[in-house]
Amino acid sequence: MKHAPDEVLLGFTRALRAAGVPVTQDRTHGYLAAVAIVGLDDARAAYDAGRATLCASPDDLARYDQIYEAYFNGRDGLPRARQAEAGVPSFSGMPISEESLDVVGDDADVDTVRAMASDVEVLRHRDIGELTAAEKHRLSTLFAGLRPRHPQRRTSRHERWHRGSVDASRTLRASLRRMGEPGEIAWRRRGHRPRRVVLLIDVSGSMSAYADALLRLAHRMTQAGPVETFTIGTRLTHVTRALRGRDAERALIAAGETVPDWSGGTRLGETLQMFLERWGRRGLARGAVVVVFSDGWERGDATLLASQMASLRRVAHRVVWVNPHRGKAGYEPVQQGVLAVLPHCDEFLAGHSLATYAELLEVVARA
Amino acid sequence: METGSAAEIAEALRGTGYLADDALATVTFLALRMQRPLLVEGEPGTGKTALAEGIAAALDLPLIRLQCYEGIDATQALYDWDFPRQILHLRALEAAGSGADVEEAEKSLYDERFLLARPVLAALQQSPAVLLVDEVDRADDEFEAFLLEVLSTYQVTIPELGTVAAATPPIVVLTSNRTRELHDALKRRCLYHWIDHPGLEREVAIVRSRAPEVSEELARQVVGVVQRLRETDLLKPPGVAETLDWARALNHLGTTDLDLESSARTLGALVKYRDDATKVQHALDQMLRA
Repeated sequence: MKHAPDEVLLGFTRALRAAGVPVTQDRTHGYLAAVAIVGLDDARAAYDAGRATLCASPDDLARYDQIYEAYFNGRDGLPRARQAEAGVPSFSGMPISEESLDVVGDDADVDTVRAMASDVEVLRHRDIGELTAAEKHRLSTLFAGLRPRHPQRRTSRHERWHRGSVDASRTLRASLRRMGEPGEIAWRRRGHRPRRVVLLIDVSGSMSAYADALLRLAHRMTQAGPVETFTIGTRLTHVTRALRGRDAERALIAAGETVPDWSGGTRLGETLQMFLERWGRRGLARGAVVVVFSDGWERGDATLLASQMASLRRVAHRVVWVNPHRGKAGYEPVQQGVLAVLPHCDEFLAGHSLATYAELLEVVARA
Repeated sequence: METGSAAEIAEALRGTGYLADDALATVTFLALRMQRPLLVEGEPGTGKTALAEGIAAALDLPLIRLQCYEGIDATQALYDWDFPRQILHLRALEAAGSGADVEEAEKSLYDERFLLARPVLAALQQSPAVLLVDEVDRADDEFEAFLLEVLSTYQVTIPELGTVAAATPPIVVLTSNRTRELHDALKRRCLYHWIDHPGLEREVAIVRSRAPEVSEELARQVVGVVQRLRETDLLKPPGVAETLDWARALNHLGTTDLDLESSARTLGALVKYRDDATKVQHALDQMLRA
């Protein structure tokens, strides 16, 4: 049975939407109009018309090509689902240090003992990596109590203020308005705007216990001001948009669907490099406060990580490294990755409990 | 300026020295036909701004450019009143002692001649014209909302004067370097195109058409090297603009055949980071020795 051409095209837009390209009604209209102009018979031009009207970012273009191939060229293979890539939980290059062995060993009895004392204050200071599911759930409600304040930067523009330096042009304008009669002096000061904060969250296997809490923290901070969030692991994923939603649970689900490499390995150096190339150096990290949440367990070469961190520091205003293991008793920064990044950080903080996140927010606000 | 097909657009652009591939020609054609703004993204130096210049030259329309920057606001994009001249005008009225009607005098202050038309208003007034909104990602979110308003209606309301509407909507080209994601609402209004680095043949043709003084052979060598450099891992891979600069620089030194010495001396035209310079030097060593 043959379908009408517009049905076929509409079907295509539906397939695109199903594949995750945000195709809206008006885009569909634009697409149909564009195809009508170039003509259905010109397949190549119709393809280009679709790219121009239905896509809005390079990610969309890649998906569009996939769906186009599958839909119009009638191959049997359906387009790959986005989450198909199962993270490979490989820890091959991870050095097993003594304290991490300790943690694993203690785990069982610590959990049972501490589960009894689930007072809020205690919960605030508990290591999130060691909480039970029920405690984690309780803790998640406490994130709403965090009060992120945004760091400020001074702008090149001035704003009126009741003291500061003399605002000559405004004073003169006011006096001109009174036909040259001198009057009150106007003052001004440098304007202030919120400084951008960039969060890079390691979602590799070794950080999986903290990933949920860190995304919650990112969500909380996103509600307060201009924050861009990326997850790093084996790949770099931009999750800011997913975290913008007001409802924390929904935002977390959306972010979870966006990230393809949960609990995979870590290639910190490479993903950091990708971040700098694609986003950071072009302006996203310029003058921003960059917070990296990672334990520094690097599979790849630590020299690459070191050079990228140096490069990041040259671009960013402040670089803060948050390592959940730092809060553990007897922690020594011995991992290769941590040693490589330490010289290039302005701050090195713990990030294993809600209390330490509150501290982190304070550090970011003062940056 | 009636344009019949994508091929004609490509031809007209070629006449101005801008080589567009099929996809870009089609998108440009659609933007003209559907009267929609064209949002062009891509790596720096791939000819986003040049596209707007090319369209303006090809259609023989004035190009009006609005360079965005952080903190840009409506008075810099739309219009402003020329305050000193208004005062002067008032003084002149006073001196003439026309003793006239206050209301009349006040009204004469808000005349079109005291209006400083900034790019967007100028484009609406002069339309048909090409309005280039360059590096829109540098402006703030609020500015995007403002652009959205203008781009959807192609008219601007000045409270003291009334509404200025474009007789024919201007051709609008927005460029972005993707330092941040633009708002969806703005993107929806536009046709989207991602400009990639061109392939070998196209880039050679671009060099030949933009810098005709460079010999075919040198152009081929230069482009070959640049294309391979793009695959190595550089902080800032050279764009077409850098290729052109480099080819011109080599030509100025009288180079006819790319060798290690001349390329080392002109490296500053190609890479702009110190870390890159050492890497490129190394890569060139291997490429040109072979």
